[in-house]
Amino acid sequence: MTASTGSVTETTTASVDTRLALYRLMVEIRQFEKRAYDLFMQSLVKGTSHLSLGQEAIAAAFGVAMRPTDWTFATYRGHAHTLARGASMTGAMAELLGRSNGLMAGKGGSMHLSDAEKGAMGSYAIVGAHLPIACGAAWSAQYRGTDQVAVCFFGDGTTNIGAFHEALNLAAVWKLPVVFVCENNLYMEYTPIGSVTAVPRPAADRAAAYGLDAIAVDGNDADVMYATASSALQRARAGDGPVLIEALTYRHGGHSRADPAKYRPQEEVDSWLARDPVPSYRARLAAAGVAADVLTSIETDVAAAVDDATERAKAASPPGPELMMTQVWADGGSSWRN
Amino acid sequence: MAQLTFREAVARGIAQEMRRDESVVLLGEDVGASGGVFKATPGLFDEFGPRRVRDTPISEQAILGAAMGAAMTGLRPIAEIMFSDFFAVCWDIVANQMAKSRYMTNGQVTVPLVIRSANGGGLRFGAQHSQAVENWAMAVPGLKVVAPSNSADVIGLLAAAVRDPDPVLFFEQKSLYPIRSEVPDGEIVDELGKAKVVREGGDATIVALAAMVPRAVAAADELASSYGVECTVVDLRSLVPLDTQTILREVSKTGRLFTVEENPRLCGWGAEIVSIVAEEAFHDLDAPLTRITTPHIPLPAADALEDLAMPSVQRIVETIRKAVD
Repeated sequence: MTASTGSVTETTTASVDTRLALYRLMVEIRQFEKRAYDLFMQSLVKGTSHLSLGQEAIAAAFGVAMRPTDWTFATYRGHAHTLARGASMTGAMAELLGRSNGLMAGKGGSMHLSDAEKGAMGSYAIVGAHLPIACGAAWSAQYRGTDQVAVCFFGDGTTNIGAFHEALNLAAVWKLPVVFVCENNLYMEYTPIGSVTAVPRPAADRAAAYGLDAIAVDGNDADVMYATASSALQRARAGDGPVLIEALTYRHGGHSRADPAKYRPQEEVDSWLARDPVPSYRARLAAAGVAADVLTSIETDVAAAVDDATERAKAASPPGPELMMTQVWADGGSSWRN
Repeated sequence: MAQLTFREAVARGIAQEMRRDESVVLLGEDVGASGGVFKATPGLFDEFGPRRVRDTPISEQAILGAAMGAAMTGLRPIAEIMFSDFFAVCWDIVANQMAKSRYMTNGQVTVPLVIRSANGGGLRFGAQHSQAVENWAMAVPGLKVVAPSNSADVIGLLAAAVRDPDPVLFFEQKSLYPIRSEVPDGEIVDELGKAKVVREGGDATIVALAAMVPRAVAAADELASSYGVECTVVDLRSLVPLDTQTILREVSKTGRLFTVEENPRLCGWGAEIVSIVAEEAFHDLDAPLTRITTPHIPLPAADALEDLAMPSVQRIVETIRKAVD
């Protein structure tokens, strides 16, 4: 794999079907996240939320490139990565609303979306924790001789926590089939990542410390991301050890619901909005000859699906009190005494 | 029957489970080729090889994260944290991840693993290598907590822990490692959450755990021979699940309860037991419930001070003798 830095390059050999699948997934994530935002504003979703608006291409590319038997480990900003594995949109929306038909019946919430049957092995809300856990899944695949790959998404801020370095080292030493994907959106919470990090590229410039290639790509370009994901998965699957990818991107909103993101210069925001991954990919597909009605029908289908998911979530009951004391233990219960 | 040291029992218990089940793997710092810094895992690397017995870097988060990810995807790892004090650098993986993932996912994820750790004082290691932290684990919903007091229980409870589908913290009191006790031949599989009455007497009930069990028994013997005071001694063996039936039954028989805890005073496990007994067996009590603990201090290193801090046979004898008088 060659390193590239931020430039949009047409490296794809992906088929039209693959590119349409990429576009559909990006639109699903975009529309889901916009709806999630609206529902927060209506106080129908409580707690907090961390949206992937602007970062859709990364999750979508891996969602299309991964095999159903591969595993995803996501962060609290994990709606996109969970949906990208094919988790039910209704289940995800209902989980945000705290309803009984949520993916986890309302016991996890926005920061912990999971769908283990689909290989979405959880969204982890303590920064860095899931990198070593992804190593463990990869170790299990290696041990059992399956060709599964664990893919672990995280933000730029994670590159400064200890677990990142422990996990990268272990993965490299054990040659684990794990792909680490740093979504560098330039801000760790409210602080520019460059002002708190010793190197310009928070993930790629650390790769050499673990004997890995420095890979920095344009995370807003779905074709580049898909090619990068496919190549990384292939390498990990072949037993060549871990891959660390830094995908440069930008979140359109703040860190979380509580953050209006006033700390970002307007010209920076404008320049990234001009490189919005969803409309730019639409334009590229249109230029490549995809008929306008094909693209429009994807958008209307997804809009209907998001409406339907919203209505099904709103209509569902809250989780019943009997659920509170369940699933602490594998026997389904919560008893700690006899 | 054989006389095995506590540390030999650890290796035998692990080997028993690894022979039985290919999905059982062992990982930790120096657990493999060198047989462990406490020599609790010798022979395993030779028998099972580097694929199943893996030496790790000094990366406690990576050790436990790897164990968790492997457990979620089909293995049954036994991870070692060399000293239980080191849980402080990887407690996120234990308390936030392993303990909560099943509940947060409403049962989508199962985490069948064991974390073994050398726990407790008495070896003059000072405050960062001597803590008894079983009460930390007890305070987190979603963790099972086991601490055996003898070699046979090490094997049986370790087997039960490995076969258990939930995360189990298995505390090996390091002062017990050289102690020999009798172990039956053949496979040993015990049950989590069952306390054992190891001595019976009508005057008082002593509840103890791990290294405090032999001290409680020695104290009970001295109370009987020197003062004619007869004590029941309950070896808890497991804090979660907690065998409250045995505790309540044995306290009700004598009307007096003394807990002997190695952990520091505040929020030690004995506080929970005293609270349960106060609520549920109040009318059977003849005397105040009494906790014998390490004071609420970091453990000092020097022989004289460490011995003074930890509950000693003499302190147990004196406390009970005065109370029963």
